[in-house]
Amino acid sequence: MEAYDRVCMARAKGRATSMSYIKNLFDSFVEMHGDRRVSDDKAIVSGIAKFDGKPVTVIGIEKGVTTKERVERNFGSVHPDGYRKALRQMKLAEKFLRPVICFVDTAGAYCGIEAEERGQGQAIAENLMEMMTLKVPIISIFIGEGGSGGALALAVADRVWMLENAIYSVISPEGCASILWKDATKVREASECLKLTADDLLKLNIIEKVIPEFSGNQDKVYEALKENLRTELSLLKGMTEEEMLAARYERFRKF
Amino acid sequence: MKFLFKKPANKLESYGKHTKVASPDVPDDMCIVCPSCQKQIFTSDVNDNLNVCTNCGHHFRINARQRLNIICDEGTFVEMDAEMVTEKNLDFPNYKKKLNQAQLESAEHEAVICGVAKIHGQDTAIFVMDPYFMMGTMGSVVGEKITRLFETATEQGLSVIGFTVSGGARMQEGILSLMQMAKTSAAVKKHSDAGLLYITVLTDPTTGGVTASFAMEGDIILSEPKALIGFAGPRVIEQTIRQKLPNGFQRAEFLLDKGFVDLIVNRKDQKEILGKLLSLHRKENA
Repeated sequence: MEAYDRVCMARAKGRATSMSYIKNLFDSFVEMHGDRRVSDDKAIVSGIAKFDGKPVTVIGIEKGVTTKERVERNFGSVHPDGYRKALRQMKLAEKFLRPVICFVDTAGAYCGIEAEERGQGQAIAENLMEMMTLKVPIISIFIGEGGSGGALALAVADRVWMLENAIYSVISPEGCASILWKDATKVREASECLKLTADDLLKLNIIEKVIPEFSGNQDKVYEALKENLRTELSLLKGMTEEEMLAARYERFRKF
Repeated sequence: MKFLFKKPANKLESYGKHTKVASPDVPDDMCIVCPSCQKQIFTSDVNDNLNVCTNCGHHFRINARQRLNIICDEGTFVEMDAEMVTEKNLDFPNYKKKLNQAQLESAEHEAVICGVAKIHGQDTAIFVMDPYFMMGTMGSVVGEKITRLFETATEQGLSVIGFTVSGGARMQEGILSLMQMAKTSAAVKKHSDAGLLYITVLTDPTTGGVTASFAMEGDIILSEPKALIGFAGPRVIEQTIRQKLPNGFQRAEFLLDKGFVDLIVNRKDQKEILGKLLSLHRKENA
């Protein structure tokens, strides 16, 4: 399969969004809204749930399913308010000693007047810094698109996993093609150059795991994720805070 | 010599390039057109005025060495990792060629210069990005040099002063350039948690992955007048929202108004302000 085919699959309509993962992996999810500054960014879904009977904080970028919902959720393009909403939940997780599970699915942080006015760059930068020393385990799972800094702002984690057909890239293949060849239609070539597939990124040590998609059998995907979460959360919980934070620093220091 | 009088095709990106070098072989009567006030001004006057327009105060872009000369006490700058270059990540189409070209044109190895220096007699670590090296984009070398600077500063208990100018992450290094955002932020956080001071000075333009990481992580954020500062570039935003952007959008004064910059400082006052801020944060003064 060519890289561009994965790009199309990652963006395909009908692909499971963060909400489905939250529903199928966790129990008693209670949603929490707002950044306590400006607004409630609906491109981010966040709250507390139970995994194997233990509380966890769950944060997901949600693209929405129906057209109406997709518009409401800004197609999963997050404003600074959304990154601050996520950080607020992470800080609560730290206070109450819950691990954080993030689901990433975004074409990128939103590019618009209000996003810039409210400090898109500053909001992302703050998340990168704060997540680096958050005292509880963080696991980030790329379920669809992982667009640049807007994805990284939820992926400074102890473990980063990608679904088989998810992508993660510094720039969209369209953007890359138009800069490189002044021709946005050369997306196939650009997709290859960017090494944005889960397999490529595993080879580059950017991620720890590729989660198989079982040819679209979502139930099996949820089972596989549960299994991996169980193992890795208990591994991370077995580490002291210092060990975990030192390993997290090293995880990103090596690049 | 005709190019000296030509108006730049794209104001955002091309101005200031012809004032890059004040070499002795440029005749004194050579003129340039200020992109801000459109007046013809003598190149030599601009050079003598720290590359600021003598008529309207427009701050031309300058290279990293020029900045170090303006900011550091004479003869005190000691460079670190001066010759670091990337040997991997070179398979992206034309990247190697572009790098070589940038190295020749800028006479630098990479898009940031790091080291330690004195400002008004006070020790500090300092990094200065260079707009003439692939538009100051951040690849693995830029990220590594800045990370090492912060690690050294943390070990030695030094403040860090950083001058940013960047088009963002360096696309040609793919995902590894994105990882530099996390890597540098990690080093900034360690430095910060050690109780040390970090001041950024945002210069024109500071955008993309650099804005979304170390540029916006300063304890104190200063800016040069009128500098373009943003996450997304203005053209990308216009394409996204299909709307003309308001005047002054994403300029330093706009960010000051919105609360994202502490102070706008003219180039001629920067050394004094930085010296003052360093002195106000000296442990023995507390």
